[in-house]
Amino acid sequence: MTEDVKKTELELCGARISIMRAGHGQPLLILRGGDASDDWRPFMDALAAKYDVIVPEHPGFGGKAKPEWLDSTRDYANYYLDFLEALDLRGVHVVGFALGGWIAAELATRDCSRIASLALVSPFGIFEQDAGGLDTFLRSEEQGVRDMFHNEAVAEAELARVLAPETEDVRLSNQITIAQVSWTPRNYDPDLRKWLHRVHARTLIVWGAQDRILPAVYAQAWGKLIPGSRVEIMPDCGHAPQIEQPERFVRLVDSFIAEQRATS
Amino acid sequence: MKIFNFHLMPYAHVDVEAIRKAGTAWVNFPNSFYDPKKGADLYHEYLDQLEFADELGFDGVAVNEHHQTAYGMMPTPGVLAGALARRIKNGQLAVLGRALPLVNNPLTVAEEFAVLDNLTRGKVIAGFVRGIGAEYHTMQMNPAESQARFAEAHDLIIRAWTEPGPFHFEGKYYKIRYVNPWPRPYQDPHPPIWTPSSGSLSTIRWSAQRRYTYCQTLAPISAVAQTFRIYREEADKAGYQAAPEQLAWSNAIYVGETDEKALRDIRPHLETYANDFLSRNPVMMAPPGYTSVESVKRMRAIKSFMKSRQTAEDMIERGVVIVGSANTVREKLAAYQDMAGFGISLTKTQFGTMPHSMVQENQIAIAKEVLPYFKNRQPQPIKAAAE
Repeated sequence: MTEDVKKTELELCGARISIMRAGHGQPLLILRGGDASDDWRPFMDALAAKYDVIVPEHPGFGGKAKPEWLDSTRDYANYYLDFLEALDLRGVHVVGFALGGWIAAELATRDCSRIASLALVSPFGIFEQDAGGLDTFLRSEEQGVRDMFHNEAVAEAELARVLAPETEDVRLSNQITIAQVSWTPRNYDPDLRKWLHRVHARTLIVWGAQDRILPAVYAQAWGKLIPGSRVEIMPDCGHAPQIEQPERFVRLVDSFIAEQRATS
Repeated sequence: MKIFNFHLMPYAHVDVEAIRKAGTAWVNFPNSFYDPKKGADLYHEYLDQLEFADELGFDGVAVNEHHQTAYGMMPTPGVLAGALARRIKNGQLAVLGRALPLVNNPLTVAEEFAVLDNLTRGKVIAGFVRGIGAEYHTMQMNPAESQARFAEAHDLIIRAWTEPGPFHFEGKYYKIRYVNPWPRPYQDPHPPIWTPSSGSLSTIRWSAQRRYTYCQTLAPISAVAQTFRIYREEADKAGYQAAPEQLAWSNAIYVGETDEKALRDIRPHLETYANDFLSRNPVMMAPPGYTSVESVKRMRAIKSFMKSRQTAEDMIERGVVIVGSANTVREKLAAYQDMAGFGISLTKTQFGTMPHSMVQENQIAIAKEVLPYFKNRQPQPIKAAAE
């Protein structure tokens, strides 16, 4: 059953973005990854059954020009601090995927006062020597979609959905914005790990055991860097647990949030 | 027409089968395939060829810059130009170019050209390029910033050459408290600037507006003619008429005794050059932001065409290269000049796996049979077919 999804636009910091929002309850902010498309996925639906789910499109995505001020992921972090203020969100649960997880972590090192919990799902942002992984910028679009998933049947279904000819312009334009913030250093910020001890929100780190883009050894590294965080490895799962195993993923996030409510 | 001898300095001893297996001669084609002893010999042969070109009466010699590839062994073209600087007596010395966005401090480029210009007492031509897409992988510079960095680096270099130092430069990418390079360029106000490109509209316009010489890299002559037409239109819009000397066509020429023999002799070298040395993963060539979304879509559309191997006949037929008897080469070069209206030919006399002796014979043939016919030759208006 699809929730009633409201689409609105927001003009902030000179950038116009669209926001999808559905559900009732405590606010839950989803920061998308670099695969950002504007569709509403089943895992969002499941979360909207319990939360007020807010899914912004990152500035510079969706075929819109990259903002003048956007040089790095740090700029996104500061932008989303403004965003939380602009929407006056308090006690918000932030769930960030890949690039969005990186943004969420940067944001949380700056200010956690509006954040109730943080879920980082296969986030970029730190570098581990010898951890391996794929150079996403040397992969074709088709390879890029396949790289995301462990289950080939899921990959096949995603290929048809993601590589629709009518979204080619938007995908190519998104890639420019992604390159702007993640080309060099490749997918990380050398300063971030120095300050992750400043993340004061309770944090869940979720990783697919078969993540080929960013191997699961990164999950342990994040776990060590963020004090008191919990690491959950999802078996039979690649880089996008929310797409590959939406039900298990939503249960994981929901029970983490519920546990926190019980303790606080 | 001025005819320059242009060199790419390929690693001609490369294991071609290994390139085919790797699917690329660029970026991550392992450098274990480079043998320094063979490479050293090649450097000396290639520099000998360029010095020989100067003795033979070419209008100039040219080198260029590419990184981490068997296609060309000139990651630091300034070093090769430096080796040539005291040997080139007659013609000019063009470095086509330095890739401005690939350096962290473009003042190093301003300094390098200024030293070369002093060494040669003003024979240097300064090429400014962005580098090809693959270079953004090898040098790890951000392709999304390529155009903006190029523009800012250009402004910094021109100011460094023309404004009395020291002055403070505060750009978005380059922040330099004391801009005050020694030496200053020998030429006043600075060496001529040439801008090689594969035909990006923004580069053509930018170049025409500044009256820089535009160099079209390897392309069929019809595409070259179209590109040069756009340059002239952009010059008109900027309020002046472009001269043929502002347009340079980069080509390859091989002169043999007869058309048949020339084709037979050059075929393996030409086909290896086009199909193996140039082979690269298309994703590698189009990093995000390096070109516009429209250009990437255009490239994707012609991907199927790029996949098929090119034959020597294809390249000759489409006017990418000129191969044949002296008479054929003269006729074609004249026809192409009239068709596209260029005043400079950047001519490779060595390409792919061509051995030293074959290159020298080619250089001699061009010097004897082609150069004299093109001294002072200007593009002629093409006669209408009805006449």
